[in-house]
Amino acid sequence: MPKRGDLQTIMIFGSGPIIIGQACEFDYSATQGCKALKEEGFRLILLNSNPATVMTDPEFSDRTYIEPMTCEVAARIIETEGVQAVLPTLGGQTALNLAIDLYNRGILEKLGVEMIGSDPEVIAVAESRQIFRETMTSLGLDIPVSEIAQSVAEAMAAAEKSGFPAIVRPSFTLGGTGGGVAFNRDELKELAWRGLAASPIHQILVEESLIGWKEMELEMIRDLADNAIIVCGIENVDPMGVHTGDSVTVAPIQTLTDVEYQAMRDEALKVARAVGLNGGCNIQFAINPNTGRRVVIEMNPRVSRSSALASKATGFPIARVAAKLAVGYTLAELKNGITGKSACFEPALDYCVVKAPRFNFEKFPGASPVLGLEMRAVGETMALGGNFREALQKSLRGLETGQMSLKSPLAFPPETTRAAKLEILKESLVQPKPDRLPNLYEALKLGFDPLEAANHTGLDPWFISQLFIILEAEKFITGTMAETFNSGQNPPASQWRYVKAQGFSDVAISQLVKAAYPQCQITSDKVTELREEANVRPHFRLVDTCAGEFEASTPYYYSSYDSPVSPPIEPPRAPSQNQRVMILGGGPNRIGQGIEFDYCCVKASQAFEAMGLETIMVNSNPETVSTDYDAVGRLYFEPVTLEDVLAVFHREKPDGVVVQLGGQTPLNLALALQSRRVPIWGTAPESIFTAEDRSGWNSLVARLDLKQPPSGMAGDAKSALEIAGRIGYPVIVRPSFVLGGRAMRIIDSQRELRAYVSDFEASGLNLGPDNQILVDKYLDDAIEVDVDAVADGQKVVIAAIMEHIEPAGVHSGDSGCSIPPFTLSEGIQDEIRSQTEKLGLALGVKGLMNIQFAVHQGTVYVLEANPRASRTAPFVGKATGRPLIEAAAKVMAGRTLAEAGFDTESRPDYYAVKEAVLPWGRFIGAEVDLGPEMHSTGEVMGLDRNFGLAFLKAQAAAGMSIPTTGDVVLTVCDRDKEALIPLARELIELGFVIHATPGTRNVLTGAGLKAELLVKLRQGRPNLLDFIRDGRVSIMVNTISGPTSAKDATVIRAEAISRGVTLITTMAGFTAAIEGLKQMRLNDWRIAPLQDYHARKPLT
Amino acid sequence: MSFPSVSLTPAALTLDDGAMFEGFSVGPVAEAYGEVIFITAMSGYQEVLTDPSYHGQIVVFTTAHVGNYGTNPEVDQAEPTQVAGAIFHELWLPDVTHWLNRATLPSYLERYKLAGLTGVDTRALTLHIRERGARNGYIGPLTPGPEAALAKARAVAPMTGRDLAMEVTCRAPYRRLAIPSIEVPGPPMRVAVLDFGVKKAILDRLCAQNLDLTVWPGDTQPERFMEDKPDGLFLANGPGDPAACDYAVKAVKKCLGRIPVFGICLGHQIMGLAAGGQTYKLPFGHHGLNHPVKDSRTGRVWLTSQNHGFCVDPESLPKNVITSHWNLNDDTLEGMEWTEAPAFSVQFHPEASPGPHDSQGLFSRFRRMLEDFYA
Repeated sequence: MPKRGDLQTIMIFGSGPIIIGQACEFDYSATQGCKALKEEGFRLILLNSNPATVMTDPEFSDRTYIEPMTCEVAARIIETEGVQAVLPTLGGQTALNLAIDLYNRGILEKLGVEMIGSDPEVIAVAESRQIFRETMTSLGLDIPVSEIAQSVAEAMAAAEKSGFPAIVRPSFTLGGTGGGVAFNRDELKELAWRGLAASPIHQILVEESLIGWKEMELEMIRDLADNAIIVCGIENVDPMGVHTGDSVTVAPIQTLTDVEYQAMRDEALKVARAVGLNGGCNIQFAINPNTGRRVVIEMNPRVSRSSALASKATGFPIARVAAKLAVGYTLAELKNGITGKSACFEPALDYCVVKAPRFNFEKFPGASPVLGLEMRAVGETMALGGNFREALQKSLRGLETGQMSLKSPLAFPPETTRAAKLEILKESLVQPKPDRLPNLYEALKLGFDPLEAANHTGLDPWFISQLFIILEAEKFITGTMAETFNSGQNPPASQWRYVKAQGFSDVAISQLVKAAYPQCQITSDKVTELREEANVRPHFRLVDTCAGEFEASTPYYYSSYDSPVSPPIEPPRAPSQNQRVMILGGGPNRIGQGIEFDYCCVKASQAFEAMGLETIMVNSNPETVSTDYDAVGRLYFEPVTLEDVLAVFHREKPDGVVVQLGGQTPLNLALALQSRRVPIWGTAPESIFTAEDRSGWNSLVARLDLKQPPSGMAGDAKSALEIAGRIGYPVIVRPSFVLGGRAMRIIDSQRELRAYVSDFEASGLNLGPDNQILVDKYLDDAIEVDVDAVADGQKVVIAAIMEHIEPAGVHSGDSGCSIPPFTLSEGIQDEIRSQTEKLGLALGVKGLMNIQFAVHQGTVYVLEANPRASRTAPFVGKATGRPLIEAAAKVMAGRTLAEAGFDTESRPDYYAVKEAVLPWGRFIGAEVDLGPEMHSTGEVMGLDRNFGLAFLKAQAAAGMSIPTTGDVVLTVCDRDKEALIPLARELIELGFVIHATPGTRNVLTGAGLKAELLVKLRQGRPNLLDFIRDGRVSIMVNTISGPTSAKDATVIRAEAISRGVTLITTMAGFTAAIEGLKQMRLNDWRIAPLQDYHARKPLT
Repeated sequence: MSFPSVSLTPAALTLDDGAMFEGFSVGPVAEAYGEVIFITAMSGYQEVLTDPSYHGQIVVFTTAHVGNYGTNPEVDQAEPTQVAGAIFHELWLPDVTHWLNRATLPSYLERYKLAGLTGVDTRALTLHIRERGARNGYIGPLTPGPEAALAKARAVAPMTGRDLAMEVTCRAPYRRLAIPSIEVPGPPMRVAVLDFGVKKAILDRLCAQNLDLTVWPGDTQPERFMEDKPDGLFLANGPGDPAACDYAVKAVKKCLGRIPVFGICLGHQIMGLAAGGQTYKLPFGHHGLNHPVKDSRTGRVWLTSQNHGFCVDPESLPKNVITSHWNLNDDTLEGMEWTEAPAFSVQFHPEASPGPHDSQGLFSRFRRMLEDFYA
């Protein structure tokens, strides 16, 4: 079947803001889908609320709507654009849910729109536990013993059948939200309640526990001619019981016989056929390791996180193929772009691929770091290696958690005996936690029997054995090799090859040797030097989808030391006259460094290629567009560490390396690379360092005669207290050199500061001259401003001034902000422009820069300058339509801003508001508060012709359906009470009913406003908490000052969030919300594509 | 669980073009001779090692880890092992805990006196074969040296023209009984199987179609097996050059049209020759579990298990043979169907073992063909 001729206009849904369980893998898949359909000549309409995505670049679709992903919005776009079909399978669960919503409400039928890529019946089988179970049973597939429950009582009854531990799975939720394992009746009660609340249809499944069973995933594709292929089988190293997104996984499957594998494959195809799948699908199985009993767990009839992983792992572009199938093609009509052979085949791997999850529990004190059925990982790395061990160690060092090997992060007091250590480690392994593999490794090192370890953790003994083999190599390093080093000799090449093939980095080798021979202070540089002297270097191999069977031309590489002695075999690169530039990516997503930097890398790569340069990308994140071999010039799927990057550099010998686009990860390498004579393009590493180094920065600010909040740097508790006393509380404190505001706090008192410092030391980080904390004066009620600019060393051009909505002190990544500013005077803005220019020139910025200012009582203070791509760069690009990243790329390649066509600031005549999306719902028990530590995982954008509406749309896009009537809870701190009165009055005028806690209510009634009394926590029942639980509240405004009210606030805010209440925690946010509500009464929302905004089309 | 601190003996594979690939000797035998081919399967190593079609070949496994789940006698395709030698990137040496495991792969090599080489850069070797074609090689110790090894590699007889089927066929006829089932009930039908190195899985699949089998040595005269009055004839898979099996070609010519005939792999090639066609050698053959084969009549694509070095030339076939199946990778012929006789054949392996089961329906198709013929 060829392409359908009856379709012209297709609408693609993106996945909205990045949240845990739904990250930039859907940017990767939808971008690929857009490209695949565009080349077929379709008119594409895209809806996605997330401005940080590559797919929302106007070039990828004909009409790009960055609007809230609601039914109403989608319906209006469908009508205006004459959409004939919607493709919802590339945008994750968000897109699927939106499509199902449109279908259920009869909108698709009414508008005569077809759903392609999947259909409601297929989705129903996957999404409704009951239909899924019925379908599987009718196909003869085994399923876990389970029971549907729609109340806590039903759940308790169901557990009688399934027994304990029992698994709770809510229906229709993403990434297992609200699910968990109950080991007893009490836990079940709690989990059932949470699960029912999380399920939009108030339904959960109580299921037989399969904890410890093997967990397998098959990524498959089927077309409507009934051709079906398994693209990749993935085995979870962490067995059942840990969400696959939180598990270390490996491809290909390692521990199944062909008989077992083929039987599982048959079942997967049976399911695909039975539901009539047309496109990509993921299906999960659990296999009892002792009996081989296999049960099917779930299926997702769409591209998924694991299909992105599978695409990167095999080189088979699942999303691209799925998009082509959706418009009528069959698999046999499509080609495998890598080999030019048919796309209707199953990739064969001659390497191992390991994925490791990245966690951010340290940002959520109070939340339990136990892994379960609900996904907690915020990012991941993938690594390819010649064997499992090499891939595993590469993936772990790619995580950038500071661990360069499998070393356990647990610290033991010096006198702890071996037996006691082993007990502690065993204890830590009872429940799966983020450091399970390193702790297991440590336990093996201390003599834990491998088979017992397998029983203890449920990991297949084969994986334990792999750790054991790594351990043997470690013993070799600390024994034979260390002795050789210590005697000033170089081990022979065969020894180097052996340990390097087990995945040990040079840094890890140096650390291990130093630990074994404290007198032998061998640096990692020395290790590298000796290794290269022994002529042991990595080989680079092609990812070719076919294990070498056919010639492949796509330059997608990985490194390996596991090719004993033969010469390098892959063809060297063709000689070229073009300049060549290497771009370092950002590694795994984490809070503070995510999709935004991937966007910057991809945009810059495109710009370089458009200039005729050849690009080389180095990155380790399988979720990204930058690791799509089709999106960049030459791709190296490697950890972004010094050793791995240098290896690629020496092979490719590019003319320049770009470090300013991938966030902190490549920046941290800048000086080290430069000192090894690697030409860094753009802003000099020294300038980057000056901006980050406190004393360098202070003298620069003084030299330019700029103001900054008074501050000091403390290497111990005493000097911290002294500085704070001098500049006055409140102060902002933070450790130096970190991204995303890690461990930043606003401190009100001496007592709090002492507690902060001792917390710091308890976490194992001792303060000292090399490990100082910064103490800044906190500017109460100041307005924070972000500026993104591009400079060429001679000229600085502002890309946008962004005014924050939350007050200064809230991390810029968590704060909403507006382009253009909505309260700043022209005078202040001009002052900001002038300071930006001074800083840009003084720092010699060549490329992107971001500066943060605070405006306090009419004075502009500069907070920090970052001569690199910022988190806001994609937002600025989308909001203004200005190609700031392309301009920066051109500057880095030696052009001037004038030559790049980027020489004036351009200010939109509409408003763009960015709003952050926070993951509190995933970290039950963590303190819910906006502060200087960043917590958000993603962002959305609202666009409209005035600020109020743009703000409201951003709120709606962030998932808060701001209601127009209903009950509002007001409970604010004393400082905000006065300001509350006019706002409360407006709320009442808008028809809301106000409920307030006693203090707040007193102020309101004193001003003659009507407010219902709410009892505070612990002061009787029903209280505020009960009121929220009642489910009547639509908005809650809660501001706090000081740690006492913070404690209560944590409880009620958590409750509000889990109930979907719109939570506002700042007066500025509240003001903007009311502004939006008022505007909404007056105007209708405007829904317009970026193309119209950027063309400055009048908004009607 | 024991981790033998193995000290393996260095050894190497030397190809007849002088290329050498070093590794470590595993298994009790130090030397092996044969045609070196690579297989891209990621599972099913035991099935491969026991498949008689690999007789006389040194098999290179491209997948990174081999031996992880051990071995189990039930999946043996024939006894004893059939390959001339096996080359691994990383053979799993320690204990195996898989619930189906009965013996580790190294101990299995030991028992069946098979030469193996592990720790080889199998990707480099694979690319070498891909670029220069399948060629003969010799696995042996590093001494006396490369020249001696090269001489041994060059002494291996070329695959073209070699009748290896006679080396692996059964010595005397034997029977396998039909297994009636709900799908195929009633009295069994009877099929003569010409054994050129038949895989156990093929016999199993045929029996499961409620067929009583008599397995005959591959060079049995047609008069002899037709005496038995079989309802149909099955031509098995096997090693070597089909052109060397003239006895079988003659036999098939006599049977075509008289009773339904079904052939797989070497059996398919022999049928092609019997039809008057020709066969030729592929550069490095098809060995893997992921070969897409399209049925040109329905457009359906099956993922198939393949293992062959020779191929029927579609141009050489007469008009009464329909070319029914094609390989989507290199457009080679994968299946034939006779217009004037109840006969069909496929180059790939519908019995899988190892590999995907997509094309298993061909066995029931054979059964239906038999039923229709006698209806």
